[in-house]
Amino acid sequence: MREITYRQALNEALAEELERDPNVFLMGEEVAEYQGAYKVSQGLLQRFGPRRIIDTPISENGFAGLGVGAAMVGLRPIIEFMTFSFSLVAFDQVVNNAPNMFTMSGGQFNIPITFRGPNGPAHQLGATHSHATENFYASVPGLKVCTPATPRDAKGLLKTAVRDDNPVLVLEAELLYSSKGMVEPPDEELLIPLGKADVKREGSDVSVICYAQTVPLALKVAAQLEEEDISAEIVDLRSIKPLDEKAIFDSVTKTHRVVIVEQDHPFCGVGAEVCYRIQKNIFDALDAPIIRVSQEDVPMPYNERLEHAVLPNAEKLIAAVKQVCYA
Amino acid sequence: MQPGEQRDEVEMLSLMLLIRRFEERASQQYQAQKIGGFCHLYIGQEAVVTGAVAAVRDDDYIITAYRDHAHALARGTSADACMAELFGKETGCSRGLGGSMHFFDRKNHMYGGHAIVAAHVPLAVGMAFAIKYRGEDRVTLCFFGDGAINQGAFHEALNLAALYRLPIVFICENNLFAMGTSVKRSTSLKQIVDRTEGYDIPGEIVDGMNFREVRDKIAEVVDSIRKEPHPAFLEARTYRYRGHSMSDPASYRTKEELEKYRLDDPITRLRAQLTREGKLTNEQFDRLDKQAKETVLVAVKFAEQSPQPPLEKLYDYTYADGAKP
Repeated sequence: MREITYRQALNEALAEELERDPNVFLMGEEVAEYQGAYKVSQGLLQRFGPRRIIDTPISENGFAGLGVGAAMVGLRPIIEFMTFSFSLVAFDQVVNNAPNMFTMSGGQFNIPITFRGPNGPAHQLGATHSHATENFYASVPGLKVCTPATPRDAKGLLKTAVRDDNPVLVLEAELLYSSKGMVEPPDEELLIPLGKADVKREGSDVSVICYAQTVPLALKVAAQLEEEDISAEIVDLRSIKPLDEKAIFDSVTKTHRVVIVEQDHPFCGVGAEVCYRIQKNIFDALDAPIIRVSQEDVPMPYNERLEHAVLPNAEKLIAAVKQVCYA
Repeated sequence: MQPGEQRDEVEMLSLMLLIRRFEERASQQYQAQKIGGFCHLYIGQEAVVTGAVAAVRDDDYIITAYRDHAHALARGTSADACMAELFGKETGCSRGLGGSMHFFDRKNHMYGGHAIVAAHVPLAVGMAFAIKYRGEDRVTLCFFGDGAINQGAFHEALNLAALYRLPIVFICENNLFAMGTSVKRSTSLKQIVDRTEGYDIPGEIVDGMNFREVRDKIAEVVDSIRKEPHPAFLEARTYRYRGHSMSDPASYRTKEELEKYRLDDPITRLRAQLTREGKLTNEQFDRLDKQAKETVLVAVKFAEQSPQPPLEKLYDYTYADGAKP
């Protein structure tokens, strides 16, 4: 193992998959000559050439659709959105074309495409650039959605997504690109299956279910809570769809108390689905009502203080944990 | 078909008859409530798709919008599979899961059947991208209606095709109406073909009621593309005799206009050309027409007798790996 950044981990995943399969190509805005808006594709143009690392004009609907069409005839496109906020311009391709094709064609055309890029609020980018899209996309049958929180998960999930025969969205965490973590050496194949959650920290009093940018937040809070003798188990979903019910149920059966901390909005958010499944399947395991900590239900304000107030943060999470623990 | 080879014109006339009789029968079955959802008929436009398939190879890619029955039939999808799809049966060309607007046939390189106006134009560009990526000499034919040319997806796709020099023919089947809105009321240009100037794509107008003109123009364009990949655009001027869909009485146009086009019918026209040249007798024509009608009747019977898609397979066609999230 060695320590690399989340950004480097994604870069390695792209390079390894491009190297392995000649049908894989990377396309998006500024991915080639500019070396990636967030430098995730740094060096790939030099290594793989302009045939496989392709700059596009600012036409998300156009190039997302191009990817779907190329996938229909056997290529395995990786389409980068500069941010998933811009994927909304291509919503028709991501929602109406990519996931419907396999059904509509009676199983003749599967779409092995990866849509990837940063997702979720970053820092003071305002309402249009701060969308957390995971709950929109996870509600669409035919799509798979994953949300890596560490360099290791980012590499392993992206590589798996590229090899999946369905449309997969890899929602990267914009604020974590420079974060570091231990990852297997490049000569060791690292594939992390979709639909497998990961207990990032063991605990016995409360299960904190999180994903993406809320994982480091939950880990930080868990360390603080330990000083107050509250032992929090941190369950990183890693994939929103498929959802790892078993990992969730195993943890909740152990702790009997749940806080879900999500980066999307509360109305029909990811936490609502997780909450429903827990109460439906293991109602008797619960010793307290489940609490969700999410964004506030407002468009993201630019002002820094207000932005902090909108986001799930340590104060809110600590309060929620104490509430479910009656502490 | 091999390069340089010409499809027999009498055979193509019988294909036009099959398409015409298929759709007439589909219309009747729709009224008898054997077919659900929407049903958009191609009657009147047959010269466009038959002319196009006569000009290309069987392994070239074809993709179109929702008025797609003819494109599947022209590509070689059986009338049985097409009618069964309309009936929503498991034997349909999309296993009864697609319906009238979503015909697919991988084996015959028919890539749909797409019902969001212009959303398939980027897909077509992606298919052409894959051709160039692999260094093949195939061509993609992308059909769409005059209503598609004002969608953003269309403009983005044309720009990408021109930018990357992709082997694709954009074929606008201009039947003068996007649903009930005439081109005059929807499009700022006098001629649709002029849209391509903004993308530096060569464009031409063809008489979409004339099989031979469509075939020859597409053959010429495709020949040029195979030598050196590039996009091209054809505006095929045509007309649909029926409404936009089965529920549309088409009250936005005059009887006189419809009659004018009916007199210019693409089947009548090719028949007259062949008869004049001594390549077709009246008896032969009647025999072809009778065959087409019989094929369609057999297809109706096949569709009626085919099984429904099984309920227990409901979740089998959502993920290619059978995942059930």
